[in-house]
Amino acid sequence: MSAVTPTVRVQRDPFDLAAEARALSQGRTDVGAVVTFTGICRGEEDGTPVVALTLEHYPGMVEEEITRHAQEAIGRWPLLGVTVVHRFGRIVPGEDIMMVAVAASHRQAAFAAAEFLMDFLKTRAPFWKQVEGNSGRDWVEAKQIDDAAAERWRYPYEEREE
Amino acid sequence: MTVTLRYFAWVRERVGKTDETLALPPEVDSVERLIAWLSGRGEEYAYAFENPAVIRAAIDRKHVPAQTSIAGAREIAFFPPMTGG
Repeated sequence: MSAVTPTVRVQRDPFDLAAEARALSQGRTDVGAVVTFTGICRGEEDGTPVVALTLEHYPGMVEEEITRHAQEAIGRWPLLGVTVVHRFGRIVPGEDIMMVAVAASHRQAAFAAAEFLMDFLKTRAPFWKQVEGNSGRDWVEAKQIDDAAAERWRYPYEEREE
Repeated sequence: MTVTLRYFAWVRERVGKTDETLALPPEVDSVERLIAWLSGRGEEYAYAFENPAVIRAAIDRKHVPAQTSIAGAREIAFFPPMTGG
């Protein structure tokens, strides 16, 4: 059960979400649920057109930080597989930025772990987005709502009531 | 103590470099004291660190709060709040 090793990749190139998700259940019969999340570059932000996003990252730390959170998810939920792929560099609207795929026997653990990973990726993985618009470039500001989303996982998840 | 400093995103742009290796005086012994010391090194540093409350730091690739001691650190990074995902 503790033999689950997360797959974490940080890359410039696009990824194949379907292939990554399929790999989590291929050749085994214990997986009953795979939840995936894909972050996609929007063509508009608050009414302003987006030409492209450029993602800067801290090589080395980013892989370690994502792996640490993936291992924490594996400790919290009965997971059978975790894959996180995050791109860096210039990404244009419509392209995928990142993905999380989580496999488990049952859907509850897979949904919860995927959301947990996303909330921590947003606030703890050292990536910074710069928006290229029609009139220049601006760094994306961190959102307080993302900090709040990560913060709620600090409580034992059993105590959360929806 | 000699340490490698790395800067990311707008901290990097304001400082005007991606990294540098500096010898620190002994009284610079915490992340917040390092920020204050760097701020006195020139206009570009003063601009980058004008609002220390928004600056995030990592020692040897691990997030740390500003009060953390830098004793034994090899690499210290400064950056704005993260916006991945």
